[in-house]
Amino acid sequence: MSLLDIRNLTVEFATAHGALRAVDGINLQLDEGEIVAIVGESGSGKSVAMLALMGLLPWTAKVTADCMLFDNQDLLLMSPKKRRKIIGKDISMIFQEPMTSLNPCFTVGYQIAEVLAQHFGGSHRSHQERTIELLQQVGIPAAETRLKAYPHQLSGGMCQRVMIAMMIACQPKLLIADEPTTALDVTIQAQILDLLVELQKANGMALVLITHDMAVVAETADNVLVQYAGQQVEQRPVKALFNNPRHPYTQALLDALPERSEGQLLNAIPGVVPGQLDRPQGCLFNPRCELVQEHCRQQPPSHQEGILCHYPLPLINDPAPASGETLS
Amino acid sequence: MNAITKLTSRSVRLQQWREFWFYYSASKTAVAGLVFLIAVVLMALFADVISPHLPSEQYREFAELPPAWMEGGQMRFFLGTDYAGRDMLSRIIHGSRLSLIAGCIVVVMSMSIGILLGLIAGYRGGWLETIIMRIMDTIMAVPGLLMALVLVAVLGPGLLNAMVAIAITYTPSFVRLTRASTITELNRDYVTASRVAGAGPVRLMFISILPNCMAPLIVQGTLSFSTAILDTAALGFLGMGARAPLPEWGTLIAENRDLMLSAPWTVTFPGIAILLAVLAINLMGDGLRDALDPKLKRS
Amino acid sequence: MKQPLIQARDLHKHYPIKAGFLKADQSLHALAGASFDLYPGQTLAIVGESGCGKSTLARILTLIEAPTIGQLTIDDIDAGTNINSATKKRLRQTVQMVFQDPFGSLNPRQTIGAILQEPLLINTDLNAAQRQQQVLQMMARVGLREEHYYRYPHMFSGGQRQRIAIARALVLNPKVVILDEPVSALDVSIQAQVLNLLMELQQELDLAYVFISHDLSVVQHIADQVLVMYLGKPVEHGPSNAVFAEPQHPYTQALLSATPHANTDQKQQRIKLTGELPSPLDPPTGCTFHPRCQHAMPACKTDTPDMKERHNEISTSCLMY
Repeated sequence: MSLLDIRNLTVEFATAHGALRAVDGINLQLDEGEIVAIVGESGSGKSVAMLALMGLLPWTAKVTADCMLFDNQDLLLMSPKKRRKIIGKDISMIFQEPMTSLNPCFTVGYQIAEVLAQHFGGSHRSHQERTIELLQQVGIPAAETRLKAYPHQLSGGMCQRVMIAMMIACQPKLLIADEPTTALDVTIQAQILDLLVELQKANGMALVLITHDMAVVAETADNVLVQYAGQQVEQRPVKALFNNPRHPYTQALLDALPERSEGQLLNAIPGVVPGQLDRPQGCLFNPRCELVQEHCRQQPPSHQEGILCHYPLPLINDPAPASGETLS
Repeated sequence: MNAITKLTSRSVRLQQWREFWFYYSASKTAVAGLVFLIAVVLMALFADVISPHLPSEQYREFAELPPAWMEGGQMRFFLGTDYAGRDMLSRIIHGSRLSLIAGCIVVVMSMSIGILLGLIAGYRGGWLETIIMRIMDTIMAVPGLLMALVLVAVLGPGLLNAMVAIAITYTPSFVRLTRASTITELNRDYVTASRVAGAGPVRLMFISILPNCMAPLIVQGTLSFSTAILDTAALGFLGMGARAPLPEWGTLIAENRDLMLSAPWTVTFPGIAILLAVLAINLMGDGLRDALDPKLKRS
Repeated sequence: MKQPLIQARDLHKHYPIKAGFLKADQSLHALAGASFDLYPGQTLAIVGESGCGKSTLARILTLIEAPTIGQLTIDDIDAGTNINSATKKRLRQTVQMVFQDPFGSLNPRQTIGAILQEPLLINTDLNAAQRQQQVLQMMARVGLREEHYYRYPHMFSGGQRQRIAIARALVLNPKVVILDEPVSALDVSIQAQVLNLLMELQQELDLAYVFISHDLSVVQHIADQVLVMYLGKPVEHGPSNAVFAEPQHPYTQALLSATPHANTDQKQQRIKLTGELPSPLDPPTGCTFHPRCQHAMPACKTDTPDMKERHNEISTSCLMY
């Protein structure tokens, strides 16, 4: 039984220039203990999809889906009151900027105890022991003294650890991490990622890791979802994706990495991600695709074997390619 | 440079105005305020043409005449007359000129001095900043009207002196706003980039930093305009501002205050004029703040 | 042998920190002894994490601040501790900078044309038409269109803004460009475009780059020499391929092992660096890296190592050697 089942999630924002489709038909199934990475660049809608799941979008957003089940509960039809019981307890989320994610007016110990008090009742003091335990679990030295520290007294890495402590306090079944290490230094990034994987294994949590860094994905995830301009273009297990990307965008994204360049110049993808006002007809990636055909410019593609492309790149070591496939 | 790019400059500016108007007109009250203010400005500009009589012309036989809709009133003197038989409507129309000019001059003076001092204080820092801010603190510690009275007592009564006095009391708020914005903007990358390009202090202050501080200053300026009208009226009422027979709205109330019970229209209508003008400007200021503050903008 | 464009010897920078009314003033030693030579057409990468002094070094090289101690020669002109404003004006046309944040480095209230014209307005005697001509030429070179001249920064994407920033840096025809994390805030595909542009411009104009970054995969691709810094001190310096093939200093080794690779087959043996970066206000005694170093010896707590040249032209400051 899958823990999370999202089918055809779409999010539209009402703006001054008309409706903006930030997320367009995302599918995600997650089992307990699985790590899924959602990869995409700016404008891909990766954060918006997860915020929609958590119910954290502003009133201008319209969220629709064929199905949005968490642990067999329907998130679409749930009342806000019932949702608040789940958010923070069974589903948690950590964000990109650790320094601004914590309330600067309250101590670190108070904020962690607040989460516990909110979901389990009791006063802040009664949760002090558990708070110290959590701080130790996330690797903060001298946890007792840190209880009284304010966020501005801690470094970025420490703040992120405190955030993680807050979010695992209620032992959630699903943890969503939205670019948790982008704002941190390289060595701290490695520590935080290792911590997340360790906690995930110890508590049997499912982890959704949102990132734009392909290297982080390669080393951490089990399954990968690639998003482009709000659409889901590829969903594969991580090894298969890196060794044999099937969507031209995934292929181009991997080729653009400095470590995969041959020669002096990098393999840049020409053009930019389409915004609200210049969405192309047909396939959204067609203006930038190396393998574009006339058909791609007219007709939007549908999902073929999980790939949103008219002419997906072939499966390597597959002796019989699917019929109807042509490659220029 | 060809015609295409010249055209683009105009169209970019036009687009910016259109976008500004889109956000400004979202607030109906702000638009109402703007419309009323435009009406007052037009009234002041064409006062000689619109007003039925000369403001200083006395009709002794028609003194203390009630407004046209009350018993004993005449259409000729629509809002009634004052103690000397002068037409209230004409005096109020001409008075709008004085109030608007007073507001403008006060705001221009206090803003220009305030912004200059604030920029210098924020940019230079050190002892210069300390001196400027402590002087401003001292001015702010004294109640505004009281300080204006003292200054007028020193400089002598009269509309111009009243305006100078009020301007001095408004300067500290502009200094504070500008200094705070300057300190924030000073560490931004684009200021450093201008520095690397070799910009001197004058260019950095006025071309790089100042345009980015304007939003809160414009809002404060609009609100100061309305307060200036009120303060000018207050000083006029106390006899320390515009002297009679100038038809400044506060002075109008002052010279007719003995008639408050017997001929209430002589003080009520100038009062209403002040109220509506100040209200209109405040509503406009609110609308400006919403339009200029990027955080309140919808996506 | 060409003359080095920049010669830096033992640059130090101290910032006084006021500790309060009754306490003595503390001193923040932001930069503790950077030395390097930079030749035309070459790229020097400065690598390090927060507090390593790379921003301070950038400010010294762009003449915004003067070093407290040390010698700095730019294009044969002394730009060190005793620099005056006339020298600064002359050198401004030689050294320019591209900043990290594409959203903050352009004045939101100026049009692109005005932003790009500003360096010319301040430093040259060209008239308005000539300035406009040069700006349009530079815009075309970095891939911007003519109609962008009158637009405002918020109308552009991150990658385009970075192109504008590069155009601004190049409009005075400098010989050296300091690039402070120019692609860190950009998406991968745009990053590749901007890096390609930078490399093409370097070849075309024989520019020298000082490339500050924490992204080692980018550095490996673009740099000729690498200077690794930790808490203001240089810890390793050498040719880029040598340093990446055989890093000598434990910190460099840890940095390289902490950098993830887009490769599922390679399972990294991570060197775990324990602890947080110490505060620059209160650095550890002796070798500043010793609290986190896996090879720390008792001597490391008391003795401060100096940069010594080892094989492969790499210099490193470590007591192991």
